[in-house]
Amino acid sequence: MRRVVVTGLGLVTPLGGDVETSWKNILASKSGAGQITKFDASDQKATIACEVKPPEHEYGFDPNLRVDHKVQRQVDPFIVYGIDAAGQALEDAGLMDMTDEEKLRTGCSIGSGIGGLPGIEKESLVLAERGPGRVSPHFVHGRLINLISGQVSIKYGLMGPNHAVVTACSTGAHSIGDAARMIALDDADIMLAGGAEATICPIGIAGFAQAKALSTRNDDPEAASRPYDKNRDGFVMGEGAGVVVLEEYERAKARGATIYAEVAGYGLSGDAHHVTAPHPDGVGAYRSMEMALNRSGLSTADIDYVNAHGTSTMADVLELAAVRRLFGDDIATMSMSSTKSAIGHLLGGAGAVEAIFSILAMRDQTVPPTLNLDDPEDSCEGVDLVPHVAKQREVRAVLSNSFGFGGTNASVIMKAV
Amino acid sequence: MSETADRVKKIVVEHLGVEADKVTEEAAFIDDLGADSLDIVELVMAFEEEFSVEIPDDAAEKIATVKDAIDFIDNNKG
Repeated sequence: MRRVVVTGLGLVTPLGGDVETSWKNILASKSGAGQITKFDASDQKATIACEVKPPEHEYGFDPNLRVDHKVQRQVDPFIVYGIDAAGQALEDAGLMDMTDEEKLRTGCSIGSGIGGLPGIEKESLVLAERGPGRVSPHFVHGRLINLISGQVSIKYGLMGPNHAVVTACSTGAHSIGDAARMIALDDADIMLAGGAEATICPIGIAGFAQAKALSTRNDDPEAASRPYDKNRDGFVMGEGAGVVVLEEYERAKARGATIYAEVAGYGLSGDAHHVTAPHPDGVGAYRSMEMALNRSGLSTADIDYVNAHGTSTMADVLELAAVRRLFGDDIATMSMSSTKSAIGHLLGGAGAVEAIFSILAMRDQTVPPTLNLDDPEDSCEGVDLVPHVAKQREVRAVLSNSFGFGGTNASVIMKAV
Repeated sequence: MSETADRVKKIVVEHLGVEADKVTEEAAFIDDLGADSLDIVELVMAFEEEFSVEIPDDAAEKIATVKDAIDFIDNNKG
């Protein structure tokens, strides 16, 4: 099978409207959490979130850089974030002037866990209060999950596979893994792959809060996302997008592209257990990681950093136990952290954003911290969870985990080329 | 410029994201201002809202230019 490498990165996160700003803030142990400003959340159980900041903010996002005014008006924010991150990745890869022939072999696989929930909420109220004749004609295609891939393909003329993964919180990881296979199997030479989410809206917060998934540490938002800490009480909702350019290795090498990493292994599995809770023995997570490891041809001794799913819920320790089982004695020499401690849980965007942080950890030989890890669970003994501050260390290969509602698991292993 | 024309042009600029000086009375929504059929549905809804008029589908289909919209509104608003 053909080898697949990463040649471009794009990010919109609560800590920055681009890759370098987001990463710099992650390494500086900043938190993107705060009180919700997008709507009046005073009647919600959870009043906090990690919002993407407005353009005037020190690390804000400016939607006008890459997304047409008209498109912005018609679509939900997850699509705006996705289009921008895809544009960043293409620019970063130096692929803004592709020939028609290259565009025929370039595709998109940018998904989302939930899609346009704020718009669905808003237009449902219009329907109820003012009738069907007032529903926007852009309602459907402005909310559909595959419309990031659709919009990006139209904007940049990309005529290869046009796809969108929907696997809740493992969407971003599945997107990258599946798209890499499309290149490996010769369906395309280049794929834009990733995920986006923007569900910080009344029904989104209420829905997750009712499912008892969200932290209610409302009086101290920056301390609310605290994976592995004994006092964690749920995740903090984040939003944003992550998109990578995947490219066939020989092609990337021939054009002298900057190669960030090789997608070395990909694993996926189902828990077959419960709609929201992971299997108590972590069997699905284990099999997903094991498959990725076997595909990669690496051993656990080669993997220096694990970007954990680690959402700041009870499930953190189940993932850790599965990692411990897989790594055996090698767990003593690797580092593992959860960047959700800084940017919250980006749901369908999480896997892609975290894959990018993992790649940057390799580029800069620096692993990002797990914030707020004051009092780790006893079962964390002997594992370097990179508490509080980033750490310089050798990083040759990385494993990024993502698990989602429905019991869906994805693991991506990337290595330096 | 009439008050109606002013308000119509403002809506067109906002919805289609075009420069204000392109929105002349002769400008056709599709050929000159880059609108598609869904944009026109949305514009008609915005005109109905702004001027408290009802624009039936058969009348909406005949609105091709900015002037068509202004004329319909001037002739039908309460």
